[in-house]
Amino acid sequence: MKKAIITGAYDTDVGELHGSSCMGLHAEAALGAITDAGLNKADIDGVLCAYSFTEPHLMLSSVFCEYMNIQPKFNAAIEVGGATACVMVMQAAALVESGMCRNVLVVTGDNRLTGMPKGGAVATLAKVGHAQYEHPYGMSVPAAYALVANHYMNEYGTTSEQLASISVSAREHAIRNTKAHRRTPITIEDVLNSRMIASPLHVLDCCLISDGGAAIIVSAGETGADAAKKPIEILGTGQGHTHEHIMAAPSLSDFGCKHAAHTAFGRAGITAKDVDVAEIYDSFTITLLMELESIGFFERGEAGPACLSGALKLDGQLPCNTHGGLMSYGHSGAAGGMFHVVEAVRQLRHEAEGRQVKDSEIAFVHGDGGILSAHCSLVFGRT
Amino acid sequence: MTEKPIPVPNPDSVEFWKACNEEKFLIQTCNSCGKNQFYPRAICKHCHGSDLDWQPASGRGKVKTFTVVNHAPSPAFKEDLPYVLALIDLEEGVRAMMNVIGCDVVDVHIGMDIELTFEARGDQKIPQAKAI
Repeated sequence: MKKAIITGAYDTDVGELHGSSCMGLHAEAALGAITDAGLNKADIDGVLCAYSFTEPHLMLSSVFCEYMNIQPKFNAAIEVGGATACVMVMQAAALVESGMCRNVLVVTGDNRLTGMPKGGAVATLAKVGHAQYEHPYGMSVPAAYALVANHYMNEYGTTSEQLASISVSAREHAIRNTKAHRRTPITIEDVLNSRMIASPLHVLDCCLISDGGAAIIVSAGETGADAAKKPIEILGTGQGHTHEHIMAAPSLSDFGCKHAAHTAFGRAGITAKDVDVAEIYDSFTITLLMELESIGFFERGEAGPACLSGALKLDGQLPCNTHGGLMSYGHSGAAGGMFHVVEAVRQLRHEAEGRQVKDSEIAFVHGDGGILSAHCSLVFGRT
Repeated sequence: MTEKPIPVPNPDSVEFWKACNEEKFLIQTCNSCGKNQFYPRAICKHCHGSDLDWQPASGRGKVKTFTVVNHAPSPAFKEDLPYVLALIDLEEGVRAMMNVIGCDVVDVHIGMDIELTFEARGDQKIPQAKAI
């Protein structure tokens, strides 16, 4: 089969971007990725978009193509919450591997910080809850993840300090990344003393709300020789889905990440031990900890102590979220997940300035949508 | 100040919400495979059969997990802060989300026994978990 490669990657500024718009961020990210790939607008024959809070639309990808004045052969929007970016990359890979397209633009962006009233993003996010059986009880997304966190801590002995260390590692990476939204140094004590949102999750256990956009170009393998930069190969992809609403999750310890990663590793012909750098969805500290154990990077109950002793740092056992992740780099909806993808590309190209993991050859990227509901894993390789 | 959400029944759930107004929590039981389910659906989630009956729950259950919410998802819930959001396992083997009420938030714990109660929300009563 023809392998899919990533030929272009770009992310806009991230943070509080006054004057930014949803489609403006999409356009900037798209043009940046096309230029990075050394392509022209006319080379793009497939377009995948995600969703937007500030410009919600039934046909966002058509709105985007009209805005850009492009007429691709394939065009669709994908919505799987935080798993969207990875699912888009998986779909783009399938489009080029099947011969349907040669260059697929995968583009995301939203101005959910400056483009919504205060509290607007939090209220919109809470709509992932069930309208009849969850909304009436005041469920927020952090509260739903806190339900999992409390269960997990009770079951496996994970501590608040261990969770806090995940946020601290992410911040240390963000400090090395001039683009990151939050770069003030923090300590474990700072996390534990920060405002409680929903016990046991403090505000510094939670992701940011940011403006920003990101895009990549997924191209057919045979185009690699002409690529402007070192192409990154998509070695394996996989998904796992168990529920949408947390009340209906079949387990509060194991989620679709297990199956998604197992499939992606299998298709890539690798195991978790072969991964040099990991960019894993970290909407909350508990999200990442749970995923690390469920995916198999650590045994059950062992990720917490490992994180506390620095396993996720650049020189640690599993350098993770090297750009700063959703808690420190930024979170702009579907673009939040795409930041992980773009960072993996930068790491494998060895162009992650100030935060490069030495000699990285294999990257793992993972997205989680809903309340640990929808999962998608990607394995990338340096060609 | 916005109002707290009031459930809007649909054809799958109209029986359930009607019974809540009579302070009964109905669970669907499948006549084909004998299993229970919550929330109400047009089909059995286990065997996809469509011959479903309603059984009233005993009203006894346990806290599977919970969180004390300190930051409200919308202004309507601000006056209740801090409140307990929980997943409740009813003794019939189904799980539902509720608030744990009737005790101090610091006294709520995993495995705690609760009994169902009902809270008026506009013209609709909604099930809640009361500390025993």
